[in-house]
Amino acid sequence: MRDFVELWVYLSATPLFGLTATLVTYLLAHAASLRLGQPPWANPVLWTVLVLAALLMASGTPYPTYFSGAQFIHFLLGPAVVALAWPLWQRRGRLRRQGGALLAAALAGGSAAAGSAVAIGWALGLPADVLHSLAPKSVTAPVAMGIAEQLGGIPALAAVFAVLTGLVGAVSAKYLFDALSITSPEVRGFALGTASHGIGAARAMQVHPDAGAYAGLALGLQVALASLLLPLAPLVLRLF
Amino acid sequence: MSTLHGFAWLLLCQSAGEVLVRLAHLPLPGPVLGMLMMAGLLAWSPVRAPVGAAADALLEHLSLLFVPVGVGVITHLALLSQFGARILAALVLSTWVGLAAAALVFRALQRPAG
Repeated sequence: MRDFVELWVYLSATPLFGLTATLVTYLLAHAASLRLGQPPWANPVLWTVLVLAALLMASGTPYPTYFSGAQFIHFLLGPAVVALAWPLWQRRGRLRRQGGALLAAALAGGSAAAGSAVAIGWALGLPADVLHSLAPKSVTAPVAMGIAEQLGGIPALAAVFAVLTGLVGAVSAKYLFDALSITSPEVRGFALGTASHGIGAARAMQVHPDAGAYAGLALGLQVALASLLLPLAPLVLRLF
Repeated sequence: MSTLHGFAWLLLCQSAGEVLVRLAHLPLPGPVLGMLMMAGLLAWSPVRAPVGAAADALLEHLSLLFVPVGVGVITHLALLSQFGARILAALVLSTWVGLAAAALVFRALQRPAG
């Protein structure tokens, strides 16, 4: 028993633990989701995060120890943002034809999500640094962290809000779209990518290839728009 | 091999983006500028196949990349236990507002064009 405890203390302190636990848990959650027919509630990211969080808390492993291994996966978010140029470039013809509608929808969705998040948070009496971390929540996590920092929010908190937003969209969007009788996979995918970034896009890809492509497009547009409009955001936020 | 070449191109664009953002004090995250540079670079046909292979591999498992940040929720438990319900209300409602706004505007503008 003592040997086992020593072994655990050694293993849980190496980067190997965080990396292995993340990959294996995700693959198990993904396999389970496939087995269940990929219903929205069986979202692999949701269950991986819940299982790993429970594991860390039960074993008393500090988050920095876990992250020393998980950072190798986290690092890939940067190249993944650059890689979004590929789905955009592949659909450049369609982009040019539908450019106006796509741009208007991306602007409407992005500003409605950010604006309503800050307004609801403000109405409910959340503190300013939390509000400033809520603003960029529809943008994919690594970009949201950069934006929150410039707005005076807390980058780590903004990243968590972005992940939660992605999960809310991935789990509930189907019911909202059904209620609004929005049936086109292109429209559903584009909205998911706009309001729920990469996690929403991953869900859209499971459902329909067209939905996935439009979600990737929306994600890229949202990143570019949020970054370009960022200098205006502090002016608006000063109102709250 | 092709995937590895493509990955090198992605990292080169990201690095160039990070360097430019810092040198010119641009209000953009480095990877975003890298994405815009990559979109321009794809006009050059030799990079397309390798970049496409690397991008497809990365984007196929995009949701996995959010797990480490998501687990970070355990470092904010104090804040969440204080404001959890209000934060959740703001997150859920605003996500629905954003989804509905994007979907309804896109559908409305898509129809006249056929």
